[in-house]
Amino acid sequence: MSGIPHDHYEPKTGGEKWIHSRLPIVGLIYDTIMIPTPKNLNWMWIWGIVLAFCLALQIVTGIVLVMHYTPHVDMAFASVEHIMRDVNGGHFLRYLHMNGASLFFFAVYLHIFRGLYYGSYKAPREITWIIGMIIYLLMMATGFMGYVLPWGQMSFWGATVITGLFGAIPFIGESLQAWLLGGPAVANATLNRFFSLHYLLPFVIAGLVIVHIWAFHNTGNNNPTGVDVRKSSKAEAEKDTLPFWPYFVIKDFFALAVVLAVFFAIVGFMPNYLGHPDNYIEANPLATPAHIVPEWYFLPFYAILRAFTADVWVVMFANWITGGIVDAKFFGVLAMFGAIVAMALVPWLDTSKVRSGRYRPMFKWWFALLCIDFIVLMWAGAMPAEPPYSTISLIGATYWFAYFFVILPLLGVIEPAPKNMPATIEEDFDAHYGKPTEPAE
Amino acid sequence: MFKKLSISALAALTLGVGSMGTAALAAEGGGHHEDIAFSFEGPFGKYDENQLQRGLKIYTQVCSSCHGLKFVPIRTLADEGGPNMPEDEVRAYAAEFMVADEASNMHLYDYDEGAARQLTENDFFPANESQNAPDLSLMAKARAAFHGPAGTGINQFFKGIGGPEHIYNILTGYTGEERVQAGVTYYENTAFDGGWIAMAPPLYGEDVEFDDGHANSLHHEAEDVAAFLMWTAEPKLMARKHAGFVGVIFLVLLSSLLYLTNKRLWKPVKKAAKEKAQA
Repeated sequence: MSGIPHDHYEPKTGGEKWIHSRLPIVGLIYDTIMIPTPKNLNWMWIWGIVLAFCLALQIVTGIVLVMHYTPHVDMAFASVEHIMRDVNGGHFLRYLHMNGASLFFFAVYLHIFRGLYYGSYKAPREITWIIGMIIYLLMMATGFMGYVLPWGQMSFWGATVITGLFGAIPFIGESLQAWLLGGPAVANATLNRFFSLHYLLPFVIAGLVIVHIWAFHNTGNNNPTGVDVRKSSKAEAEKDTLPFWPYFVIKDFFALAVVLAVFFAIVGFMPNYLGHPDNYIEANPLATPAHIVPEWYFLPFYAILRAFTADVWVVMFANWITGGIVDAKFFGVLAMFGAIVAMALVPWLDTSKVRSGRYRPMFKWWFALLCIDFIVLMWAGAMPAEPPYSTISLIGATYWFAYFFVILPLLGVIEPAPKNMPATIEEDFDAHYGKPTEPAE
Repeated sequence: MFKKLSISALAALTLGVGSMGTAALAAEGGGHHEDIAFSFEGPFGKYDENQLQRGLKIYTQVCSSCHGLKFVPIRTLADEGGPNMPEDEVRAYAAEFMVADEASNMHLYDYDEGAARQLTENDFFPANESQNAPDLSLMAKARAAFHGPAGTGINQFFKGIGGPEHIYNILTGYTGEERVQAGVTYYENTAFDGGWIAMAPPLYGEDVEFDDGHANSLHHEAEDVAAFLMWTAEPKLMARKHAGFVGVIFLVLLSSLLYLTNKRLWKPVKKAAKEKAQA
């Protein structure tokens, strides 16, 4: 399957040959887990396995939770309390599922930012990147709908605000919003369809994850140097790579165990730290919470949504040029989705021929600023929509777009040629472990 | 029979409190909050059975006249990791419980008697919406404190999320000032977001006598009832911490083993690299 030359599965016994000529599944599994993997992958390459684990964790805990949950506006909240109080181990399962979503997003952000730094999105891995972005969007949809199911105050009002975004679309918005909700407002029909889709989408994600893995198994993994694996012969390729099993499976499992130790500490000792207290109040359509705040993993984009108020000149300009069709609310919605689309388009926005950020002296600083920007936006998204937070959000949102649409295209042109870039992965690996004073990783 | 000393007084004081007024008990908890060292805090914290039982008594004699606990089954009072009361005591407690708000508990209504039937340990604590007061089952998780610094919530990492502290601080935060607005009396409270709460001061100190003669100052009572409400909100807290602790221990062990496996696995690869680079 891989474009890197390596040994393939050879059936030996009669039984193996019998199966292989009918269904080459053992060969498929063999080729998948024996894929030649660049030797020099660092610890930022472990998040893929964490993400695969998260998906499995969410599906398994979710299936058990569904056995005890009731998707009805009058019973959903009480059924969650039933899980917390009466179901054997139910409280722990629910906290695993609840915090599992946080771990999932934590890992996906590190995974995405790793890709952004080491240029994993660049040719020939654009399709891997695009599929990853679709998975990320589906994760957001799944996470959002899952948050609605306990039918707490933040579930209800979060659903009201987010589906309201679709209502901001000119002409078709109101009909679209009613179609999504199954009625004029968030009600039982909404809860039921969100429940149905919350159960469906993880399986769509699982399918796309297979395509995501297939895509990068075909191109081979990127690596911290961004230098391609030598593919002219098997012997050459073996100088740059090691088989995924056992070298990277064991390494990834070690990292996964460390991550899970922290995760279990959070679930066991502070499971509500990342949640909002208002979601322990049953949904009440007549009482709006003082601040409607989404889960932490949506906050950067929520900040971008709220940054573009009617008094910002680009919003006024858009409003004027479209004859009032694009108002501040719709502009905010466009900006929020645009922020994600910008990420998805990065393979074509980044003009630099150098793949890894490690060898790009100017890029490094702009990238570091993007990471800070993301954290600042996350913080600003949790704050009330008033000065100075709205100004901070606007600056943060502006930088987000500037990074993708201005800085990346320009850097590729003005940045000097890379220095100290190794010719091969082998060279990088040997140089790293050859340093006599530095302890091995 | 439980003495419901202040039932009528409290009912009169809080009559007319709108649901909007109580819902405005904002989760953001903008007011001043004092940190309390509760026994159940921290990774190894445990509920204090005696404290939970004292808190139950305060709830029964004072809070229950206006507030319900509709998500809490009475039988769980006998649970380990909770008040851990003897089963016969729980049964007797259920039988003596007075349903203050029959309209909100129609499932308990006995048509022959024309009144709510006697409760059993298998019933839930009754709901109580007679005064539009919020249900207290999850109150300790539905409120928070310690949002700082700068709204990052980092303080919660060290002090806890602050739900029980919020309850304690509300109960002890009355200044004695009152004002009437649109026919509703509001009481000044330093812990309440906005500073004025519709709930009349429910505790003054020495409201409840404990069998063991435990101190019943306002400070003690507020702490006990806050701890009890943490238990009603999170009855499996001790089981959860135990499971989390076992999980962490096993995962630390597993990571150590995998670390050593990984080290040994990569040793020849790294050694070869080193030799090549130094050659």
